[in-house]
Amino acid sequence: MSPEKRPDILISPEGLRIDGRRIDELRPIELKVGVLKQADGSASIRQGKTYIIAAVYGPRELHPRHLTLNDRAYLRVVYRMATFSVPDRKRPAPSRREKEISMVIANALAPTIFLEEFPKAVIDVFIQVIQADGGTRCAAINAASLALADAGIPMRSLIPAVAVGKADGKLIVDLGDEEDKYGQGDVPMAIIPTTDEITLLQQDGSFTREELIEAMQMGINSCKYLHELQKEALKQSYVTKSEDGHSEDDDYEDDMETDLGESEIMEDE
Amino acid sequence: MGDFTSETISHIDREFIHDLLRKGERLDGRALDEYRPIDIEANVVPAKAEGSALVRLGNTSVVAGVKVLVGEPYPDSPDEGVTMVTAEMSPIASPLFDLGPPREDAIELARVVDRGVRESETVDAKKLCIEKGKKVYMVFADVYPLEYDGNLIDASSIAVNAALLGTKFPEMKYEDDELIETGKIISLPIQNSAIEHTVSKIGDHLVLDPVLKEEFVQDCRLTMAVDKNENFTAMQKGGGIGPMSLELIDEAMGMALSRTKEIREAIDEAVKAVE
Repeated sequence: MSPEKRPDILISPEGLRIDGRRIDELRPIELKVGVLKQADGSASIRQGKTYIIAAVYGPRELHPRHLTLNDRAYLRVVYRMATFSVPDRKRPAPSRREKEISMVIANALAPTIFLEEFPKAVIDVFIQVIQADGGTRCAAINAASLALADAGIPMRSLIPAVAVGKADGKLIVDLGDEEDKYGQGDVPMAIIPTTDEITLLQQDGSFTREELIEAMQMGINSCKYLHELQKEALKQSYVTKSEDGHSEDDDYEDDMETDLGESEIMEDE
Repeated sequence: MGDFTSETISHIDREFIHDLLRKGERLDGRALDEYRPIDIEANVVPAKAEGSALVRLGNTSVVAGVKVLVGEPYPDSPDEGVTMVTAEMSPIASPLFDLGPPREDAIELARVVDRGVRESETVDAKKLCIEKGKKVYMVFADVYPLEYDGNLIDASSIAVNAALLGTKFPEMKYEDDELIETGKIISLPIQNSAIEHTVSKIGDHLVLDPVLKEEFVQDCRLTMAVDKNENFTAMQKGGGIGPMSLELIDEAMGMALSRTKEIREAIDEAVKAVE
């Protein structure tokens, strides 16, 4: 049990948010690729206090079979929250909210995947929310897209996502938990960064048409930054792998290892 | 309303719809931003339901009913009542709907219609309180589709709004740990209302209030809830994986704003007609 109380103000007179961020500032984000060994692809994301792990299995045979699509792979997304990820214990059974979010995440990811390359197969994306502190569906998309890339699924682009919203009358980017609960609205969105097209769009709260357009423009800008972070994380996953073997600035260490090896052989002799 | 983009539709139909749209026309001769004829019959379940409405949107029809119960408030909001919207896609309405537990498209329908009512704060939750921490009114609006020819969301939203607006129920009070009827019949504390408008994206075209065949060929749909003050209180992109540009979304919002008044008037008129 962690008691929650409603904050008096969400944006200070100096224009800073409850956690000290500026209105268009994202929370600290840490993306890691290849975090689970059993999965074909995986990634984790920490965005502020939100922590999510995504795993991809497939393309593989689809069960139950009646879901088979004859001209493309079926993208099956399962978004689940751990019982301990929220202040009150969440009931373990899948909620209607989780089912809906699973569906909108699938819709958000599918446009850039070459699903037509794998007719009749399934690509499973399993998303586990470990700690929820606002913006989980968007954070989940950021991680799931990386996990798909890690699994080697052919894609036109990664998909970045962010929630924009409104608090104390100001448009803000990347809502934290308090801003989500006590703010005036929430617009989770995802884009294809190469075309700026929107693949996830939901909204609650209250906005004028002009505010929504401005909010979505802010979201597009933040998504482009997130896309850079995603690309960096993906590259990083290959850099670490090659360091085990041989890479240029490890030449000195390589020599050491060779020397040690040779001296061992000499000792044996 | 769900994602039927994987359902079978003949190439001839698909091409025909696209060809028509290129000429700015639709299957049933409507303008791109025009609703089908709307028929709202309020209070169709007068003997048992506290509020109800039957809505026909072309060949799509739904019936919504409201039950007002008394229950205990949630611990985190002891002085607030509860309003909840549910919907199911029963097989009576279409050969496409299966028996069994609700699939994700049925869950989406219920949650999107619910969000429209909830986010606009249609019913003043504080005024649903009978005794703080003890008893509150719980308002359930349940939607049953009867015929499905596209756009269940808008039909359901209209039906729920009409049903809530016409709801009448006996006032209760709490005395000496007992609930008693005061003898007064009251209406719900309605303070706002949001109408949902759904636009299908087909190629580069947007069409308001899609029929089933248009849903079959749509890239995606965008549902927007517009409240009394013409603010947007809920949105949902669904019904397929097609992406949408910011320009098209802006255009869709314009379509919704241009038609919201006529729907609102039709609802008010239908509710007044039975009073």
